[in-house]
Amino acid sequence: MPVLEHEGTQIWRRRTTGENLIRWFGWLLGVAVFLYCWQIISASTTWFFVWDAPRIADDIWTRATPPKWEYITQLGRPIWDTLNIATLGTLIALFLAVPVAFLAARNTTPSTLFIRPLALLIIVSTRSINSLIWALLLIAIIGPGVFAGVIAIAIRSIGFCAKLLYEAIEEIDHSQVEAITATGASRWQVMAYGIVPQILPAFAGIAVFRWDINIRESTVLGLVGAGGIGLQLSASLNVLAWPQVSLILLVILAAVVISEWVSAKVRGAII
Amino acid sequence: MSHRELDDMLGKGWRKPAFVKNATLRWTLLAGFVTYMIAAFMTIEVDWGRVYDGLDRGWAFVLAFTSPDFMSRWSDIWSGLLESIVMTVAASVVGILISIPIGLGAARNIAPLPVYVVCRGIVAISRALQEIIVAILLVAIFGFGPLAGFLTLSFATIGFLSKLLAEDIEAMDKVQAEAIKASGARWVQWINYGVQPQIMPRLVGLSIYRIDINFRESAILGLVGAGGIGATLNTAFDRYEYDTAAAILILIIGIVMALEYLSGIIRARVQ
Repeated sequence: MPVLEHEGTQIWRRRTTGENLIRWFGWLLGVAVFLYCWQIISASTTWFFVWDAPRIADDIWTRATPPKWEYITQLGRPIWDTLNIATLGTLIALFLAVPVAFLAARNTTPSTLFIRPLALLIIVSTRSINSLIWALLLIAIIGPGVFAGVIAIAIRSIGFCAKLLYEAIEEIDHSQVEAITATGASRWQVMAYGIVPQILPAFAGIAVFRWDINIRESTVLGLVGAGGIGLQLSASLNVLAWPQVSLILLVILAAVVISEWVSAKVRGAII
Repeated sequence: MSHRELDDMLGKGWRKPAFVKNATLRWTLLAGFVTYMIAAFMTIEVDWGRVYDGLDRGWAFVLAFTSPDFMSRWSDIWSGLLESIVMTVAASVVGILISIPIGLGAARNIAPLPVYVVCRGIVAISRALQEIIVAILLVAIFGFGPLAGFLTLSFATIGFLSKLLAEDIEAMDKVQAEAIKASGARWVQWINYGVQPQIMPRLVGLSIYRIDINFRESAILGLVGAGGIGATLNTAFDRYEYDTAAAILILIIGIVMALEYLSGIIRARVQ
């Protein structure tokens, strides 16, 4: 226990002098890095605009309120598109994620040396690139529209679903698998009767969870031209139609809240 | 005795139990799903000719990954990447510092009701608004550049970290906190010695995870003018410079993988 001798009495301390010094130096380094970063940000900022910001914010607020309610009649189709992008994207992703997850899980992969790293690479690379970037890429390849959005969401979700799913597969109870194997079941039968029933609740949970996230992401995909309500948002922003922008933002907020509520309800029912 | 006879004796043969037990609910869900799928496919417009034309370009992009071009746009890539990293570091520091008091305030077992309501409100707003939409608004208010991106990421960090921190505080062991209180500690000492040691491992883990997320998000903020590598990537796609785009994507994936690896090590050490 680190103690400090002070006029003959021992006083308890949390750390020794050496530890204190190291920690102090660590904090100093951290603060220095932060200040350096701040300096770079500050250097590329036009501070005049920043000082002017309260006035601009006030200006935008007065322009944006009240929202242009009658514009909502034109938002029906974009919302339907957004829902389709999220739902179809999630379905395709789940379809593709299942084999990837089985190839990535340590207890089901055919080869730990070759196939598992490949599956993990698919998971990492699809997961670390945002759906907006996938959408950009797909628009360059297959042209703008809802289809590009669906594929972008699908690719982005493969990694997420497969990662959670393969972790669920690795955590299954092995005795059930053994029992099925002992009956003389083939490899596929073991999978269907020993593994799948154990991961089915996790699978349903992942599907709904990802669908919820995808609703969020698909609302903004239109900003780069991949369909959905984001298209209207970007069109309204381009012509500075702030009353329309505020209405669209309200609709997006409502969609996000509803999808989160649905997903929480369904997951509550499953688990 | 053949299988046929055994089945006759037992009445019915064994069947896999259904995932949804209520038969009416099961068939309603299925019918609803089929109807939705038909409606979705009817309304989605896919220009198959365009998709077919795009396959060549898609293949060209895949090939670009085998020969990424880091050199010809290196100065743009480097400045964009540096800006992304700087934004990530600064926003993570500020976001974590702000989210600690808000997290304390959003924990029902520590904060009084008015503080709790206010802090939960902040968390809810921050979580409902997506990064990219916040970024659009902040760019409109503060002008182009990394300051808007920095503010966006800080804001998003607050919602994420405060919520998970508050949940962790609410689930902490009361006995230790009470023991500190019984020794006559002031409020700050109580937090420092009774609460903080219990949540520290989780706080470190979550912070590292959030840094990881912030970097990924910083890669897309450039699309709306909020600084970072996104703008460079967007330009590369617009010019069909796939080899440069591939180089940027490889860099992003590499950094995300490195961060994930690092966060795995740190989280394993603190927990």
